[in-house]
Amino acid sequence: MAWVDIGALDDVPERGARKIRTALGCVAVFRTGAQEVFAASNACPHKGGPLSEGIVHGQSVTCPLHNWVFDLNTGQARGEEGRIATYPVRVEAGRILIDGAALVARSAA
Amino acid sequence: MTKQNLVIIGAGMASGRVLEHLTDAAPDAFDITLFNAEPRGNYNRIMLSPVLAGDQTYEEIVTHDAAWYAERGIATRFGEHVTRIDRAAKVIHGEHGDVPYDKLILGTGSNPFMIPLPGHDLEGVIAYRDLEDTQAMMTLGAGQKCVVIGGGLLGLEAAAGMAARGVEVTVVHIMGHLMERQLDEAAGYLLKKSLEDKGITIRLQANSSEILGEDGKVTALRLDDGTDLPCDLLVMAVGIRPNVALAQEAGLAVGKGVHVDDQMCTSDADVFAVGECVEHDGAIFGLVAPLYDQAKVLARTLLGEEAAFVQKSLSTKLKVTGCDLFSAGDFGDGEGREDIVFRDPARGVYKRLVIEGNRLVGAVMYGDTADGSWFFGLIRDGTDIEEMRETLIFGPAYQGGDTADPLSAVAALPPEAEICGCNGICKGAIVEAIEAGAGDLGAVRATTKASASCGTCTGLVEQVLQVTLGDAFEMPAAQPVCGCTEHTHEDVRRLIKTMPLKSQEAVWQELGWSTRNGCHVCRPAVNFYLLADWPLEYQDDPQSRFINERKHANIQKDGTFSVVPRMWGGITNPSELRAIADAADKYDVPTVKVTGGQRIDLLGVKGEDLPAIWADLNRAGLVSGHAYSKGLRTVKTCVGTDHCRFGTQDSTGLGIKLEKVLWGSWTPHKLKLAVSGCPRNCAEATCKDIGVVCVDSGYQISIGGAAGMDVKETELLVQVASEAEAIEVVMAVTQLYREGAKYLDRIYKWMGKVGLEWIRARIKDKAERARLVAAFELSQSIYRKDPWAEHVAEQAERYQPLADLTLEAAE
Repeated sequence: MAWVDIGALDDVPERGARKIRTALGCVAVFRTGAQEVFAASNACPHKGGPLSEGIVHGQSVTCPLHNWVFDLNTGQARGEEGRIATYPVRVEAGRILIDGAALVARSAA
Repeated sequence: MTKQNLVIIGAGMASGRVLEHLTDAAPDAFDITLFNAEPRGNYNRIMLSPVLAGDQTYEEIVTHDAAWYAERGIATRFGEHVTRIDRAAKVIHGEHGDVPYDKLILGTGSNPFMIPLPGHDLEGVIAYRDLEDTQAMMTLGAGQKCVVIGGGLLGLEAAAGMAARGVEVTVVHIMGHLMERQLDEAAGYLLKKSLEDKGITIRLQANSSEILGEDGKVTALRLDDGTDLPCDLLVMAVGIRPNVALAQEAGLAVGKGVHVDDQMCTSDADVFAVGECVEHDGAIFGLVAPLYDQAKVLARTLLGEEAAFVQKSLSTKLKVTGCDLFSAGDFGDGEGREDIVFRDPARGVYKRLVIEGNRLVGAVMYGDTADGSWFFGLIRDGTDIEEMRETLIFGPAYQGGDTADPLSAVAALPPEAEICGCNGICKGAIVEAIEAGAGDLGAVRATTKASASCGTCTGLVEQVLQVTLGDAFEMPAAQPVCGCTEHTHEDVRRLIKTMPLKSQEAVWQELGWSTRNGCHVCRPAVNFYLLADWPLEYQDDPQSRFINERKHANIQKDGTFSVVPRMWGGITNPSELRAIADAADKYDVPTVKVTGGQRIDLLGVKGEDLPAIWADLNRAGLVSGHAYSKGLRTVKTCVGTDHCRFGTQDSTGLGIKLEKVLWGSWTPHKLKLAVSGCPRNCAEATCKDIGVVCVDSGYQISIGGAAGMDVKETELLVQVASEAEAIEVVMAVTQLYREGAKYLDRIYKWMGKVGLEWIRARIKDKAERARLVAAFELSQSIYRKDPWAEHVAEQAERYQPLADLTLEAAE
């Protein structure tokens, strides 16, 4: 694990998301109404819709292009064949940390 | 064996508990000296709130009085600060003399965190921590004002305690709901409601900017939106920080708190620490249960027994009379977690359980917390709940049995209870019609007119049918809004108005939503209903909007956006066109297209560029065209009497006026208008949602056209003589549509349900028309503004990536 500080919790709106840019593409960082934080690939496997622009509800996000719904815990699409990669993320003292090692591991895979 | 010298610094709840264990188990093992900076011994700090509320006195919460220490031969040095710890010589330097030690315990506790706002050192700005703070609050009484910063456990207890004394209390909280660390939104909403019932004002998402004072004394808190909250006392209850100063000076390992191992031993084998000053395995502690566990471990360690401190799940209760809440365990993220939600709107009850695998890991409850300790037990013990998963939420007493009859409420209504508000039809009249043979909804409508107008009482009429006819009536399956609720759109709209409900949390709770906070289907609908019905009270929630309305641009299939500036009535000029051309060049816009609504679309703009391109367009006087909204899009016009030899009225001028009146308003679906200057209808007004066709004698206003998946011609609503009246009618019909239609119904669909006759009657009724116009204007006082300019000024950074890790990830 190599935790990388990507910003303050308050920079991500409640029940909302922001994206971060990585060398391997964009990753979406979600914050739920219960203050949980998740990170996952920003691209919907269906038609590449930007998931950080979707509506966040419970622990799910809905893709803004065609309403695919993803469980942010597992990355699994609801009722569809498809999933998005998820990344370890945590909050410490109001800052969001993402596991940089996992982001690199994606390129190796 | 000779007695060892034990010195304890700090007489708090944790060190007090250590003393109890030690002196009970081995009264002669140590010569004990106890330092305390406060001029008194140990009292039960968590009972300060009942003292403040007047439920208990200070004497009742003292746990160790002078006699207690004397009986156990403990030398007390109260009111004396320790100036230094000399670890090499193993001596404590106090203000009034030195004491040697063999073993040392740090129980220095924590300091309240004071936000360094300008004015934080004024008199009357206090924390809520010790007896002195409590006494300062107790000097306030009826007619005086207090502001509490911090909507957490301690802040709310302080607020409730002072409110009980008649003080006018305002709580300022930076987050979107109260006690966000222990509660979710739904429970936070119920808590806010209970506290407001106690007369406490709650301001959420409020940022403090400055504390104002006069003659060195606090007078008000200023928020960053410029609001001043006058106060005689300002209490900061925003958290604590472990007090590590002494330990740090003594060279002990210190992080957020004094580092200790599982035996409560610091980096020096003869120095221990306990309570709120410690950091164990990355965590610090503010609740009393783990402090008592630590005290037990420390006492046994000092007596040479084996013991280890283990962090456990915690539960929280708020000590405010009438606010029954409970939270326990962990709501953090994790693979494969699942929620079970239960709501009983009538009793104001909300329960949510968080399950991982076959174990309960978290619970939040409001209104009925009787099962709290049972759930906490399941969490703490990691009990396998697989067998009782289905009925878990009902608690240990669940015995099965019948669920409440959903029809009983309707059955209980008296015959004179009004069912249909539009037509003034009471339950008795409907029952009579049914008994005379009206066996379905259509027949009831035809004979009584009940639910024949706006339709929101349809559900009620059907329930009357079912109650009256029993099994002979087959209830049509009502379409609920989505999987989160069994209510239909019509029911939700009706209940938002009548109950009334003024926040999303209120809708979810009072209408029994089965999910935590809705889904992508219901959230935009409920958000619209709330802002349409309560323009002043409800604040639009961008997170409940589809991306286009959240970012004020249309998302395209490749994730770029389109930008369409408004051209009032389709009229533009060379400088606007130049600004659009410059923007297209500057931001590499790949496609520039003329739209069907008489304006220009810039397609393919990158999300990050939106604030910049808007700022450029704003400078040329161009504002958002709302080409992305369920709201007013365009008012298309022909050139009318300005240039056309057939024109009968100034259709362009009327179009511009209509657009200036209507722009920025939100409607159930998109709203397109057109004004044609003569019946040749060059502006194609008769396939718009609202169309105006000018004739010699005035203005024909027709509604319900469509040119999409359905193609419909408008139907004439009214003809009026003056331009002013035409504008008034358009405003009134727009407002009627906003108030009554189902989300995502265009006007023609709404008209199909309520009937053109009903709409016409409302618009022709002078009083009703005036009310509709006034209601529309009130709403527009909030929404008639340019969202682009607002986003450029206030949240441009939200359009940028949160972070750029392209370098890090490549390493």
